[in-house]
Amino acid sequence: MASKAEVLAQAERLHAFFRNAGAQPVQAAVLQPAETLLDLYGEDIRARAYVTSDAIRGEQMLRPDFTVPVVQMHMESGADPARYTYLGEVFRRQERDPGRPSEYIQVGYELFGGDSPVEADAEVFALFSEMLSPLGLRAATGDIGLLLAAIGGLSTTEKRKAALRRHVWRPRRFRALLDRFAGRTPLPEARKRLLAALKGQGAEALLEAGGPEIGLRSRADVAARLRTLAEDAAEPPLSATEAELLDDILLIRETCANALAHLRDVAVDLPAITPALDRMEARMDALAGQGIDVDLLDFEASYGRTTMEYYDGFVFGFYAEGRPDLPPVATGGRYDALTRILGQGRAVPAVGGVVRPELVLTLTAEAAR
Amino acid sequence: MTLKLGVPSKGRLMEKTFDWFAGHGVNIRRTGSDREYAGAVDGIEGVDLVLLSAGEIPRELVAGRIHLGVTGSDLVQERIADWENRVAALEPMGFGEADLVIAVPRCWVDVDTLDDLDAAAAAFRAAHGHRLRIATKYHRLVREFLREAGVADYQLVDSQGATEGTVKNLTAEAIADITSTGDTLRANHLKILSDGLIHRSQATLFKSRTADWDDAARASFRALSRRLGLDS
Repeated sequence: MASKAEVLAQAERLHAFFRNAGAQPVQAAVLQPAETLLDLYGEDIRARAYVTSDAIRGEQMLRPDFTVPVVQMHMESGADPARYTYLGEVFRRQERDPGRPSEYIQVGYELFGGDSPVEADAEVFALFSEMLSPLGLRAATGDIGLLLAAIGGLSTTEKRKAALRRHVWRPRRFRALLDRFAGRTPLPEARKRLLAALKGQGAEALLEAGGPEIGLRSRADVAARLRTLAEDAAEPPLSATEAELLDDILLIRETCANALAHLRDVAVDLPAITPALDRMEARMDALAGQGIDVDLLDFEASYGRTTMEYYDGFVFGFYAEGRPDLPPVATGGRYDALTRILGQGRAVPAVGGVVRPELVLTLTAEAAR
Repeated sequence: MTLKLGVPSKGRLMEKTFDWFAGHGVNIRRTGSDREYAGAVDGIEGVDLVLLSAGEIPRELVAGRIHLGVTGSDLVQERIADWENRVAALEPMGFGEADLVIAVPRCWVDVDTLDDLDAAAAAFRAAHGHRLRIATKYHRLVREFLREAGVADYQLVDSQGATEGTVKNLTAEAIADITSTGDTLRANHLKILSDGLIHRSQATLFKSRTADWDDAARASFRALSRRLGLDS
């Protein structure tokens, strides 16, 4: 086990690597307003971040990552393009696995703006790849933007697409929704009864029978959802072909080049993904331009769906294959949507990643043995 | 060392616990005055009775200050992270039964399942500008349950009592609380989601995995379990 001083020294080396690549060092407060993080990540983050409070500022969180404060800082006063690097502790509450650290050092690199998002993706990935090259790690890549484009291309209602998009990061609920929209699972009995009653008696009678209106969710809110349910019931199911195309995409796990060829075949039936595939191809060219061997690089279409981060485009991670017990050494991705939410209307293309120096140390020591 | 048995110190839970042990051939009783929290276990050597608030028994089990404890399974699962590895549930005792459920206003005629709750939460957030609030004191159990179910756009608000009233008082849109008959829910115009049962709780005899189980404590435990018929 490396001492904290050794981990900090390693972190400093990684930080210097990013500074030499042109990144400006930035700091972030340890205490972050809880409300912002809760609104972004939902209640689940309480299980993963430490919450504390005082009488003046209310609930605060010990920073679970640097992304949010760095985005906020950039949105307030950002050059374009801008490259930042940071080094510091992040805090992760552990409720299940006592072996995982609740506090560890992260070093990160974030790139905002620029003319070409795919060039930016390639720059960030290549930087991490170069930095970690002595460790012989396996890199995995994916593209949440491709999944979002595939959903956008389905021939179904905007509401159904929005529901699927909302749950891209919750694979189980996503699967349940897809199966229901495609008619692969039947409607629950209670829903069938509700729809029959809605047709027979009308919404007014149903709302009357529901008793007194209590709470902030008003009768108008309930009526609006009843209309949505009736409209959705009148919609034909998502075609079996399209549902299978989506299944097919989600299972893709091969080298970038093979994945692209496979996806080009899918695009014949789902042309809406073509712009995303053009981006993927341009990114592969950009990666090759940075010296990455894309013929060997893995692409997993579902990669990045279970992390809490707000990635909505290119995603990547670096893993020690001989040590499946370790978390990824580095992870990153594109998070344009996050800048839009935190920028209150303004948005900047953004991509970045983080590395865990203590894992770099552990693996370096192992490689030396 | 003596085996320490923690039991609820007052009310129906205490009486039912004493009855349960008596029914299993072990006489436990309070000693001293009505106000003194002291007790004794008759007929088995080396067992100390510790009277505690039911809510503190989970903590005492994990800390290893008691070897055995009687409390609600809801409290153990809510308050002890990774509870299966830190305590063992020896025997459900058949009383103190209550269900932890998610309930929503009965006027939400469009909501019957967690799937509906999730969709309603998304629409509610878009319309009202904040996440749909669920009042509860069982934060961990509710959060884990909703995460498993893939429900998003909600927030938990703390409610340590009179939780059924929070919806009417506009401090929450829905609740997650303990109910035994459902009468209080109905009286407050709430209904239980058809798949909203989070945990079926009852008073349970727990064994600490972290307490000091020396030979004396083990011997007393063997004698006690034989008498209680736990071996079978």
